[in-house]
Amino acid sequence: MSVQASTTPSAGAEVGKASAINIGAILLQIAKYILLVILAFSFMLPFIWMATSAVKNDSQVYTVPPIWIPNPALWENFYNAWTSYNFNLYMFNTVFRYAIPTTIGVTVSSAIVAYGFARISWKGRDVLFFICLATMMVPFQVTMVPLFITFKNFGLINTYWPLVLPAFFGSPYFIFMLRQFYRTIPVELSDAAYIDGANEFEILWKIILPLAKPALTVVALFQFMNAWNDYLGPLIYLNQENMKTVALGIEGLRRTITQVGSAQLAYPYLMAVSTLVTLPILIAFFFAQRTFIEGISLTGIKG
Amino acid sequence: MAVMASTTNRPRMSAAARRRQLIGLLFVSPWLIGFILWTIYPLISSLYYSFTRYDLLRPPVFIGLENFIEIFTRDPNFGQVTYNTLYYVGLSAPLGVASAFLMATLLNTEMRGRSIFRAIFFFPAIVPAVVVAMVWQFLLNIQYGAINATLQGLGLPVIPFIANPAFAKPTIILIHMWAQGNAMVIFLATLQDVPRSLYEAATVDGANAWHKFWNVTIPMCTPVILFNLVMGLIYGFQNFTLPWLLTAGGPNQATEFYAIFLYRNAFSYLRMGKASALAWILFVVVVIFTILLFRSSGRWVYYSSGDE
Repeated sequence: MSVQASTTPSAGAEVGKASAINIGAILLQIAKYILLVILAFSFMLPFIWMATSAVKNDSQVYTVPPIWIPNPALWENFYNAWTSYNFNLYMFNTVFRYAIPTTIGVTVSSAIVAYGFARISWKGRDVLFFICLATMMVPFQVTMVPLFITFKNFGLINTYWPLVLPAFFGSPYFIFMLRQFYRTIPVELSDAAYIDGANEFEILWKIILPLAKPALTVVALFQFMNAWNDYLGPLIYLNQENMKTVALGIEGLRRTITQVGSAQLAYPYLMAVSTLVTLPILIAFFFAQRTFIEGISLTGIKG
Repeated sequence: MAVMASTTNRPRMSAAARRRQLIGLLFVSPWLIGFILWTIYPLISSLYYSFTRYDLLRPPVFIGLENFIEIFTRDPNFGQVTYNTLYYVGLSAPLGVASAFLMATLLNTEMRGRSIFRAIFFFPAIVPAVVVAMVWQFLLNIQYGAINATLQGLGLPVIPFIANPAFAKPTIILIHMWAQGNAMVIFLATLQDVPRSLYEAATVDGANAWHKFWNVTIPMCTPVILFNLVMGLIYGFQNFTLPWLLTAGGPNQATEFYAIFLYRNAFSYLRMGKASALAWILFVVVVIFTILLFRSSGRWVYYSSGDE
């Protein structure tokens, strides 16, 4: 519901409207916009700095006061930074060996599990669902050590199995999100199909999933981003150069350029790669802002 | 209904109910199997390892409570690490919620360009943590970071954000407050769900804007404040990537948080037994804090019920 309401004038706006006539309210409005603009600027500043530093040369980096619009702009930094190191390989690894497999795994398994928690009534369901939510409380660090030992015993260090395999068993956060969504679908729809002789799998496949496409998109998008942004998982399991993800690659790049010390273009290269890695997120966000925001709203309310 | 009947009359579960029971379990079985493989089994084996000395090369040796005794009595870093972590969680969870709530409240007023501001406020939350660390490290650098270079240019003293132990933790908390997009969006959805009738009733009663905010908006948001506090707490205790990449626990151990300390014991010193003991201590502490927070909620969280 809140999802639809997100663009309509809100109840809080009443506060402004009621006393909009007097000077105080106008000043308040001005103060509000000043605050908003300052905040927005300080939120964007790191990214502006990142993007502009990416096209600087070394001397432009270390200038006081700082240069915000570099001239000349070294656009070739983007290409050189990316290709001088192994970023094509890192990106291939991140996308095809990590992000896509886990996105498929998490989306499919969570969609099935959420159906069992949302649309079928059976004994013990609510207890198990509560346990499922409670597992979100278990810190990653608690299971990290024994899982590392287990995967090591199976000889799976420096493979993507430790990162990919767990994705096929559903993720509590996404199960929760999808369950919330499934519950908004009228029961009458599945009842009608049930009377027509459909079984639960057919109902999930033919009725629920088509209606849940927006929610499934959210899950897929979020999981893809989780994999793209993940650092600790790859850090633990992947330490061979040819296995690295983009996140590990950036850290490796920093280590390389700070070890060399006097290396030319150290910071511009680091910022150029950082910009390129942020770009897909920015583009995804630009096109799917509503999807992002509705997806998050889905988890926050009416637990 | 069938479920209720089956609990009272256990042996005679109807065929349909039994079928539904099986199908229900079948649907959740991926999670159930995963729960055993990726949560229960590691929890139990972690408990076992916590009573052993284990360096991955030789088989684990049972040493009883030795790891715990070492952690609590002899480890020279544990005190500092605990202080750092409690300092961080204690401040970052409430301040993160406050920051998210402030942004959401601002965005919830009548304005132009709301979706642009919302996008800008949200974006830091989805940028890769590695990038966040790289950019802030550069930006905050004491010599040539943009912020200090600007201060210098204005003839002001520089701020040793991540070079001075006294500034490092507050700096990491500030960056945390900057990346509160998720919580902000949840607050925004909640604010937009507050029934207008409540504000209208308050107006009739002669309430001003401040009264309405305090007596309507805040109480209606308390369930979400609780939710975001719990999330902030749980993730606060696990905070790893940003301090690891930004300050690597330094300077002078000022940002050596629990998750970093645990990581070092496991993967730098290969002390799997001690790391497991640390993990279990963390687990128990997180559970206790979460329960305490939920317990306290009776006193300050307002649950509106549909019937009233």
